[in-house]
Amino acid sequence: MLCGTAPTLSGEREKMARHSNNDHDSKRLRTRFTGRLFAGLLGLLSSAANAAWELNLQEPVTATARRVYELHSLLLWVIAVIFVGVFAVVAYSLVFHRKSKGHKPATFHDNTAVELAWTIVPTLILIAIAFPATSALVDMRDTSQPDVTVKVTGYQWKWGYEYLTGDAAGIKYMSVLSTPRDQIENKAPKGEHYLLEVDHPLVVPVGKKVRILTTANDVIHNWSVPAFAVKTDAVPGFLRDTWFRAEKEGTYRGQCSELCGKDHGFMPVVVEVVSEEKYAAWVADQKQQMAAVAEDPNKAWTLEEQVALGEKVYTANCAACHQANGEGLPPAFPALNGSKIATGPQQAHLELVINGKPGTAMAAFGGQLSDTDIAAVVAYERNAWTNKLGEVIQPADVKALRGK
Amino acid sequence: MQATSHAGYAGNHDHDSHGHPTGWKRWVTTTNHKDIGTMYLWFSFVMFLVGGAMSLIIRAELFAPGLQYVSPEFYNQMLTLHALIMVFGAIMPAFVGFANWMIPMMIGASDMAFARLNNWSFWLLPPAAILLTASLFMPGGAAGTGWTLYPPLSVQMGMGMDMAIFAVHILGMSSIMGSINIVTTILNLRTPGMTLMKMPLFCWTWLVTGFLLIASMPILAGAVTMLLTDRHFGTSFFAAAGGGDPVLFQHIFWFFGHPEVYIIALPAFGVVSHVIPAFSRKPLFGYASMVYAIAAIGLISFFVWAHHMYVTGIPLTGQLYFMYATMLIAVPTGVKVFNWVTTMWRGSLTFETPMLFALGFLVLFTIGGLTGLVLAMTAVDIQLQDTYYVVAHFHYVMVAGALFSAYAGLYFWLPKWTGHMYNEKLGKLHFWLSMIFFNIAFFPQHFLGLAGMPRRIPDYAQQFADFNVISGIGAFGFGFSQLLVLVIVFQAVKGGAKASSRPWDGAHGLEWTVPSPAPYHTFEDPPVFNQAEAHG
Repeated sequence: MLCGTAPTLSGEREKMARHSNNDHDSKRLRTRFTGRLFAGLLGLLSSAANAAWELNLQEPVTATARRVYELHSLLLWVIAVIFVGVFAVVAYSLVFHRKSKGHKPATFHDNTAVELAWTIVPTLILIAIAFPATSALVDMRDTSQPDVTVKVTGYQWKWGYEYLTGDAAGIKYMSVLSTPRDQIENKAPKGEHYLLEVDHPLVVPVGKKVRILTTANDVIHNWSVPAFAVKTDAVPGFLRDTWFRAEKEGTYRGQCSELCGKDHGFMPVVVEVVSEEKYAAWVADQKQQMAAVAEDPNKAWTLEEQVALGEKVYTANCAACHQANGEGLPPAFPALNGSKIATGPQQAHLELVINGKPGTAMAAFGGQLSDTDIAAVVAYERNAWTNKLGEVIQPADVKALRGK
Repeated sequence: MQATSHAGYAGNHDHDSHGHPTGWKRWVTTTNHKDIGTMYLWFSFVMFLVGGAMSLIIRAELFAPGLQYVSPEFYNQMLTLHALIMVFGAIMPAFVGFANWMIPMMIGASDMAFARLNNWSFWLLPPAAILLTASLFMPGGAAGTGWTLYPPLSVQMGMGMDMAIFAVHILGMSSIMGSINIVTTILNLRTPGMTLMKMPLFCWTWLVTGFLLIASMPILAGAVTMLLTDRHFGTSFFAAAGGGDPVLFQHIFWFFGHPEVYIIALPAFGVVSHVIPAFSRKPLFGYASMVYAIAAIGLISFFVWAHHMYVTGIPLTGQLYFMYATMLIAVPTGVKVFNWVTTMWRGSLTFETPMLFALGFLVLFTIGGLTGLVLAMTAVDIQLQDTYYVVAHFHYVMVAGALFSAYAGLYFWLPKWTGHMYNEKLGKLHFWLSMIFFNIAFFPQHFLGLAGMPRRIPDYAQQFADFNVISGIGAFGFGFSQLLVLVIVFQAVKGGAKASSRPWDGAHGLEWTVPSPAPYHTFEDPPVFNQAEAHG
């Protein structure tokens, strides 16, 4: 079921990486200051009005992400010192040991003590780094005792969220890119959150440990939110898990981080972190809406009603490949307008949508869509464009086919 | 024909008078290591231009947010073919070309051990290249999975995927045969007195690389064969529905893929280990420790594969093991860098083009190595995995590492191959354009990755726009600068100042004792190996 309207709580405390606050400890402040100085210099050279010269990791909003941030800053210092040290020696050679300055070459070519030193010293540095790196990792993997558990399913090319525990248990919806096609095709000016906005974000309470279980329906995806230092593959047929405890309310944005086909770049992750009160209100609201739109399986649909619903389902689930005009992107994504399937026997068409076509990008929508939605979308495909078959499909027919 | 592949002819014999084919037949039937080396080098340069053109399509699309020139599917095909062609078509054959040309001359052998196999190793490459590029024109296009070919996505692909699989099979056969040839040549055909520990370092790097290839290429072939049977013959190695596991493919792929990184890097280290001493006029510092470091890197490279898979859900203990093992590899790599630096210390340095490229290699490869250390830390890697930080990291290692080293080798040995000095001014221009534009193209990608821009996306959020513009300018500048190589090489082939047998006064080794250009047959009698030409 495409659950109607998850309310968007955006607008308040929007947190893009570039709107960073100044409330962090002095070490990070220093790094950031250097970054800003550099960014400022670059900015002077640029005429772009909204230049965003972000030079470092996004500002962390979980304790884990902060540890990662600090570990990265530490490493940056270590490698910077090593680099400067090594190339200071090189620079000295380049300047003073030139043939053009008449420098005569030495003949030494071995020194066991020196060789031992530059084997042992780096080893010691690595051992020293290994301690914070290990403890940060151990913390990252501790998914025990969550307050809220959400199952995240990757689809080509959208995310499905299903709340498994607590008051929200049972809430289930799809989260799809909401950036209009016109913006992507450069026919309309791009919005502030171009490609990083969805219709229904994941909503979680602030300060609570949220465990994310990932899986996928078709290919491997990756659910990633940089501000939480969360990035976990969603592997079809397997469950993986990760967790975060967001410390601040706000909207946090990430993207699918494993190449998953054509629209890999167009399936963002948006998480709204809200106060407990707002979360409770959101849960109640969702439950109410779910009850309101609960379908009457015996409802008799008219053609107009069904095509209108079907068009919505089509736009959200099918248009990415088969295109709004039904012409597809052949040969990988065939046309539906005038196709053999969409104008042939109804049962074969329904079965293809329910079961998918293995070995292709055609997913099995039986597990994603309700009987009503499948009936509607197939009816739409059989009545849209030039496919004017005039058929109404009853959800009961879909239900009957599912068992097969 | 038969006779020409035998030793025993005097070096100044005119080979044509023995019925040696001329024209195109010479190149198709040749068993001469120099001819084959030349063909490898030209092949790799052509593939470099093809792969480079693909990268420019990628950068053109990324020049501004929004979809501009290509569809997302085609974009995915470009990034896949760009990587496959650059890795298997450009960089690997280039170093095999160097090996063919130089190893027999360095060790005083008359030719490679298996001269006919050598011919076949090369001539397998063009069909593979045709398969890869022609797959673009198949229904559904080429594979759009990234060069890693991860299932289940690769199972969804069309016929282009099968062509890529067959291309990988053929390239793998070519590499395995080439490696057996090189290993056998190095172990058996060294001139009397040249013990392994007196052997030129380039031969050492190739000896280890040869074993890495022989051990890892069959694994890749196995992985793609399993993919093929999953696609067409109903097996379920990588499909959970049939009891398989998609992540299994990643383990097998990276068990090949990580050694592959060193297959590319080690010969590059070898070239630099010749160029830096030559232009420092001082013996390589720590020859023995260099050899041990190469061997150590080669060995450890088989035990770190899952550091490419930190986010796939491998257990915590696995993540910890692979993190520590990966950190360990920094030690021998560091030893090599310190040895090169100390080789220059108190030398008598000059800065001809080979040396400039070797220095460029040293600086940029060190940056790539240090960001590799950052990525080794699992917790940090989870933030940076599949972002542009990784793209920047491996281009610093692959382009600045392998390609710059290949250019160092090209300019270093071009006088030996052609008998003419190349145009030094153009060579230096080529270096500086490459160095500057490379950094403009790839350094900003570190920032993009830190800020969270994923790799392999055809379109991006607006806060990533500015650095992508800079990166695009750098990429186009870098790409077009590479055309200078054509001019420089053509000039040197056609004419120019005569090169002496030892055009670089600091260079040592048997290859500099033969005339320039090197005669068609060299060292038909094993040369006397004296200490002056030894590297150890």
